[in-house]
Amino acid sequence: MSQVEQSLELDAPAARELLEHDENAVLVDVRGEDEWAGGYIPGAVLVPLRELTERIGDVVPDRSRNVVLYCAVGARSLRGARALHELGYERPVSLAGGIVNWLTRGYPSTLERTLEPEQRERYSRHVLIPEVGEAGQLKLLDTSMLLIGAGGLGSPSALYLAAAGVGRLGIVDDDVVDESNLQRQVLHSTARLGEPKAESAKRTLTELNPDVEVATFQERITSENVDRILADGWDVIVDGADNFPTRYLINDASVWHDIPVVHGSIYRFEGQTTVFKPHEGPCYRCLFPQPPPPELAPSCAEGGVLGVLPGVIGSLQANEALKLALGAGDPLIGRLLLFDALSTSFTEVAIRRDPDCPVCGDNPTITEYIDYVEFCAAR
Amino acid sequence: MTTVRIPPTLRPDAEGEREIAAAGSTVREVLDEVGARFPRLRARIFENGNIAAFVNVYVGGEDIRTQDGLDTQVSDGSTVILLPAMAGGTLASLAGGASRLAQPASGAASTR
Repeated sequence: MSQVEQSLELDAPAARELLEHDENAVLVDVRGEDEWAGGYIPGAVLVPLRELTERIGDVVPDRSRNVVLYCAVGARSLRGARALHELGYERPVSLAGGIVNWLTRGYPSTLERTLEPEQRERYSRHVLIPEVGEAGQLKLLDTSMLLIGAGGLGSPSALYLAAAGVGRLGIVDDDVVDESNLQRQVLHSTARLGEPKAESAKRTLTELNPDVEVATFQERITSENVDRILADGWDVIVDGADNFPTRYLINDASVWHDIPVVHGSIYRFEGQTTVFKPHEGPCYRCLFPQPPPPELAPSCAEGGVLGVLPGVIGSLQANEALKLALGAGDPLIGRLLLFDALSTSFTEVAIRRDPDCPVCGDNPTITEYIDYVEFCAAR
Repeated sequence: MTTVRIPPTLRPDAEGEREIAAAGSTVREVLDEVGARFPRLRARIFENGNIAAFVNVYVGGEDIRTQDGLDTQVSDGSTVILLPAMAGGTLASLAGGASRLAQPASGAASTR
């Protein structure tokens, strides 16, 4: 490399220093308009390389000024610097390594992060939808969702949320995979019998999408651990719990932590789903101030459930969770959707915030965790 | 006639019926007729002459608690939905962690 060539390149730290200390220095982005649109270094002027020699006289009339050119990785800008040198510019330099190197050093840019090439491929069907697009996909990758239960409901919702590229999924489940789970709990498999469901879920989800970070909580959610688990920065809770004490506990905690809950429940051929968004819509207690008496709260183990039913309801939950993350459409806030698999019919009923609700009402009477087992057994 | 939809957990109290047709111009009249045919269901969903707190009743997609309660009007051909909470809940887990240990295979373990 000749001396001239060497003097035509400046590494990022030196370029940054030059730009900071010489207020007359001009920073020129020689990339294309598409690349510019994705973000650029603050203060730069866009002059695509093919127009450089033609337009530089207008942009930088004074040929004695420092001119720093950059492109993506430094090849085009080096050609540009050579061209300016030949035009008689005294101090043209190319930013070595381009904006890519600049960014990896954490230097300032207006650049909104863009998808990696593999991500652009993986999420291409999302990127094509105007309501999602690249910005929406990046939003999903920045979203954290906590799933209560990796069972019937948690299986389809976790699979679709992971596939969709929700960046961080938390799985709370203290159970192990049982043979009777496999009729509907599609996260797990025969080979995983006896394994903790949280771990089995993590393996399935990270194999499906390595972009997703899966945090496991191999414990039953209780008044003692709920604050610790919820404090982990979750944007949305997807509730696929299996019992009333947990439902009421999740509700109260979500109101106090101000995290929306996508609710789903199933029994035999029927399912329900809704979104509880604290202070915007009703909460679970506004909908059901009291649980049914224990004899009317049979489990799926006792009463059974059609295997595909959690597939339908859990997928609807994933749909609502994604909409909440994207800020798209009309989530099921204040609307309870009922599904009957036998008649294949959906019914929607309105649910309203109760101003007298003991938890989310105007004058709450429950302000700390109660004994939820007792609350639900006492009926 | 009005159609009253019976949720799965209350069907044993209504001889397994999923839907019951009944006449009446208010929710009270409709449920009185249903209750006369299915006294166990009546005992279950009424509490001191009112609807039990664990059951929601919807007419035209609205909770009657936000309307006129049992006096909410029903029109011919409308549907009344009875809806208790559904947890996929389990008796075993209602008793807390200890009973799960006693019943690991068939209790809470396989209900989700």
